Amino acid sequence: MDRLDARVPQISPHRPFRESLATFGALARSGFQRYITYRQATIAGSFTNIVFGFLRCYVLLAVAAGADGGRPAGYDAAQLTTFVWVGQGLLTVVALWGWTELADRIRSGEVTADLLRPVHPVIGYLAPDLGRAGHAMLFRFVPPVVVGLIFFDPYLPGRWFTGPLFAVSVLLAVVGSMGVRFLVNATAYWLHDARGPLILWTLAAGVLAGLYFPLRFLPDWLAVTLWVATPFPGFLQTPLDVLIERDPPPVQVALVGLQACWAVALLALCALVQRRAERRLVAQGG
Amino acid sequence: MDGLRKDFTVRVRAGRLRRTKREVAAVDGIDLRIERGEMVGYIGPNGAGKSTTLKMLTGVLTPSAGAVSVCGLAPVPQRTRLALRIGVVFGQRSQLWWDLPLGESFRLLRYLYRVPAAEHAARLRRCTELLDLGGFLDTPVRQLSLGQRMRGELTAALLHGPEVLFLDEPTIGLDVVSKQAVRSFLAELGAGGDVTLVLTTHDLADIERLCRRLVVIDHGRVVHDGTIEALHTRYGSRRRLVVDLDAPLPAGFTVEGATLVSVEADRCRASFDLLTDTAGPVVARLAALSSLRDLSVVEPDIEDVVARLYAS
Repeated sequence: MDRLDARVPQISPHRPFRESLATFGALARSGFQRYITYRQATIAGSFTNIVFGFLRCYVLLAVAAGADGGRPAGYDAAQLTTFVWVGQGLLTVVALWGWTELADRIRSGEVTADLLRPVHPVIGYLAPDLGRAGHAMLFRFVPPVVVGLIFFDPYLPGRWFTGPLFAVSVLLAVVGSMGVRFLVNATAYWLHDARGPLILWTLAAGVLAGLYFPLRFLPDWLAVTLWVATPFPGFLQTPLDVLIERDPPPVQVALVGLQACWAVALLALCALVQRRAERRLVAQGG
Repeated sequence: MDGLRKDFTVRVRAGRLRRTKREVAAVDGIDLRIERGEMVGYIGPNGAGKSTTLKMLTGVLTPSAGAVSVCGLAPVPQRTRLALRIGVVFGQRSQLWWDLPLGESFRLLRYLYRVPAAEHAARLRRCTELLDLGGFLDTPVRQLSLGQRMRGELTAALLHGPEVLFLDEPTIGLDVVSKQAVRSFLAELGAGGDVTLVLTTHDLADIERLCRRLVVIDHGRVVHDGTIEALHTRYGSRRRLVVDLDAPLPAGFTVEGATLVSVEADRCRASFDLLTDTAGPVVARLAALSSLRDLSVVEPDIEDVVARLYAS
């Protein structure tokens, strides 16, 4: 066959980094494209986020009104408003719930196809997840934030670096959450069915990430323990606290630094678990 | 492959709560060497260990024992490097992205395998033409028919110009037209002599059409390794001569060089197994006996031979 020759693809020795970046970018774009096909689901999801945004916002405003000096745990009403509406937007960006793709693929044996690609499986899931997050940032983050701005009086950040720091914090939140989701899903390598761990993750993530109430409402010792000992506050509470400038600048930066440490540790753990899983893998089916 | 084996641990119920562990060998010591450019049919009954072997060759499963090397690489430790040099199609699963249009999947593969744009475009054009993909490149993979998807899978496995192609039942569930398209595509690919092809299938017509070498495994062991002709010789397959006569064949009829297998009710049509390599002398003897109206020589059926092989 004249054009279907068997030549090994030449990986340019001069630009391996650029090539890797192009691969990562293409995978991320594929993640974006996969989600863009489901328009109705996007609209329905945004609508639900907005409805719950109203409920959560009124509850927290009532808490603020009843607190001493109107500042529960150091937040004022405007900050709580931003906390709720941006939080409703971020919920899908960090995919706090409902990602079972890897577990499903392990269960059906489709994971074989992932292993046959010339990309490390963790990268093979991380890159498309960032694309998915990009899609969510455009189509799921914006609507609740706009509704919050129209119907309430939210806090707008004043420090010049808060915007970029928030962007970094969101990126790290996505990476960290992907790490935990990957690990929870990977239990299917051992259990065949990851439903149990997935339910635990769903229950834990909402409470421990600060979705149901800001973690600062808890006693200090407990809040600090959660922050340092678990990655969960890094998924929502940290980016939101950074955005609403709850703390002085050094603490803002330190919280993002902590997120970065967790993100690196989680990715390393994912790689380790993946290696162990591959050694005992029984690809299901013929 | 050298003494390759894979054991799975199976837990068998023994009583209400107790379970006992049992080791089952899916692949039980296979030695095999496949040269560059060979086209090998790898067949065996259900559960013989075909897919397990392919999974070990591609680095998906870790062998329990033995040594295996593909393109000079160790599949499991060097899986990602090996992936750049092999193409794999598992007929029962998809390597494509469910939500993406076929064309987009191909574009993504170009980046994954880091194929230069011009090379990618040339291969894609060739595959599009040979496998007639033009009509559904923009269709999401989830909406493709099985035949369309399989043609897409084959293209996906070839776009990076692999040296070795592993095909696990590539024609499963396809209609006659799609099967023929896939077969002639693979035949053309193999004719180049650059690509080594390992094909597992239950459809022996695939093998007859494509592979000179046939490896049959059963219970994880190689039971035949050689040409299709060698298999026929080994299992005494005979060419069959079917004759239509003007007059009924007398009872107790025998002819030198052939054995009578069956006679139809009117005794005017009879089938003989040829014991010699040439049909001429037998035909001449039959013609001397009575005038022949028609005759045909039927080649031995590979399915019969393989069925006998499996049964033994």
